[in-house]
Amino acid sequence: MSIEVNGTSYATDENGYLVNLEEWTEDVAKKLAEAEEIEMTEEHWNLVKFLRGYYDEYQIAPAVKVLTKAIANENGMDKKAASEFLYKLFPKGPALQACKVAGLPKPTGCV
Amino acid sequence: MSKKIVVLGGGTGGTIISNNLRRHLPKDWDITLIDRDDRHIYQPGMLFVPFGIQKSNTLVRSRKKYILPGVNFVIDEITHIYPDKKEVKTKNHKFSYDFLIISTGCRIVPEENDGLMDAWGKNAFSFYTIEAAEMLRKKLKEFDGGKLVMNIAELPFKCPVAPIEFVFLADWYFKNKGIRNKTEIEFVTPLPGAFTKPKASAVFIESAKSKNIKITTSFELNAVNGKEKYIESVKGDKVSFDTLVIVPSTIGDNVISESGMDDGIGYVPTHHNTLKALKHDSIYVIGDATNVPTSKAGSVAHYEADVVVFNIMSEIHGVKPEEIYDGHSTCFIVYSKGTSSLIDFNYKIEPLHGKFPAPKFGPFSLLKETKMNWYGKLGFEALYWNVLLAGRHLGAPPTLVMAGKEVG
Repeated sequence: MSIEVNGTSYATDENGYLVNLEEWTEDVAKKLAEAEEIEMTEEHWNLVKFLRGYYDEYQIAPAVKVLTKAIANENGMDKKAASEFLYKLFPKGPALQACKVAGLPKPTGCV
Repeated sequence: MSKKIVVLGGGTGGTIISNNLRRHLPKDWDITLIDRDDRHIYQPGMLFVPFGIQKSNTLVRSRKKYILPGVNFVIDEITHIYPDKKEVKTKNHKFSYDFLIISTGCRIVPEENDGLMDAWGKNAFSFYTIEAAEMLRKKLKEFDGGKLVMNIAELPFKCPVAPIEFVFLADWYFKNKGIRNKTEIEFVTPLPGAFTKPKASAVFIESAKSKNIKITTSFELNAVNGKEKYIESVKGDKVSFDTLVIVPSTIGDNVISESGMDDGIGYVPTHHNTLKALKHDSIYVIGDATNVPTSKAGSVAHYEADVVVFNIMSEIHGVKPEEIYDGHSTCFIVYSKGTSSLIDFNYKIEPLHGKFPAPKFGPFSLLKETKMNWYGKLGFEALYWNVLLAGRHLGAPPTLVMAGKEVG
């Protein structure tokens, strides 16, 4: 499978995740978000950048708890508000949907 | 001058690797294993305690008894790791090292889940510590019907198949007690399926269906309300219960975060294949303490120990560590007292049908509920104490073997 962005083709896996992390661009992200029916706002971009930074540093997508903590710290929210905020941005689950837009591989979870 | 290896944590991984290294290394290498107590817990047995299949006092043995005499076992509290100075501080001592192995595991923190402590031991229970499993045993004994909910608070958690086993065993237990028709069982998970690996997930969902167990997926826990007897998700969905069994939030050891070495939740960022700490030279990580994307389970710690021993031996001989580990994990999945299934998988290959460990002959069957698998599970306990902890091999490589598996 693949997606087309600005005349270039990018390989994706059977679940629509980008195969090559380093091929990711903001335009690719927009296309991936479109497929998820998400319109990217500044808040979406911040989260996506956090995910990419974390992956770069730790070689794995962060646990939801790590995401929530980061958002809570950044925005001065409590844990619950941060969770709700996350789901508002990526309704199908922050980990799965946000990782896809960020060009990360599908999180395998801990199993 | 003698060279030093320090191992932090004497659980499954730490014990196996200390013994294994002792066997491989010459005498001028000191091996020191540090733990806060002398209680080694056979953790797979905790799942059986609530159902009266195994008594909790049979699960604990002396750590020291299973550590080779050539390993220096120290009981002390580890207070700080200084990777730059290659030093570990404990309450009473200081240890310098040439290689450090972190096997500090993970633990449940029910106080991190809103409302859980208010309900703890009243109508909310767990089986991830011996004390919790004991409380749950008493509760199930007096249970005479109603709704039992098994919930996983969040990822990652320890032994990812245990909650599935718990609901299968609960079905068996209540049937035996003659109250299954008065009991509802619901499994509530943050995962999109019963399990993250699709083939195994489909098999488990089928089994749950046949046992009349309801599965609710993608439920991200926000709070427990013990008074009004429901759990609520971040999205606002509610699931009611009479008795809640929960896997609370799970984090790595405090000393990892306090030493500034963690990923945000107490786990050490670890190379997926060499098992070396990503940010620190001379440090390897095994078992539940890593952040690698495979099960937090004893089998994993065991396979990882083999890889780390190989890599430390390589480094000692001036060779670079090799990218060997593949995420290999092997787990029994108990269905009832008398039957079990078995899965064998790695980072890339999901659990498949087939035979294990010998192709065609088994005697164990993968992804299938059999009596033979149950005997395997039972026999495993003796193997654990007497063979695995000693750091001995079962003749199989640490990586996944495809022979005997049905592909496609």
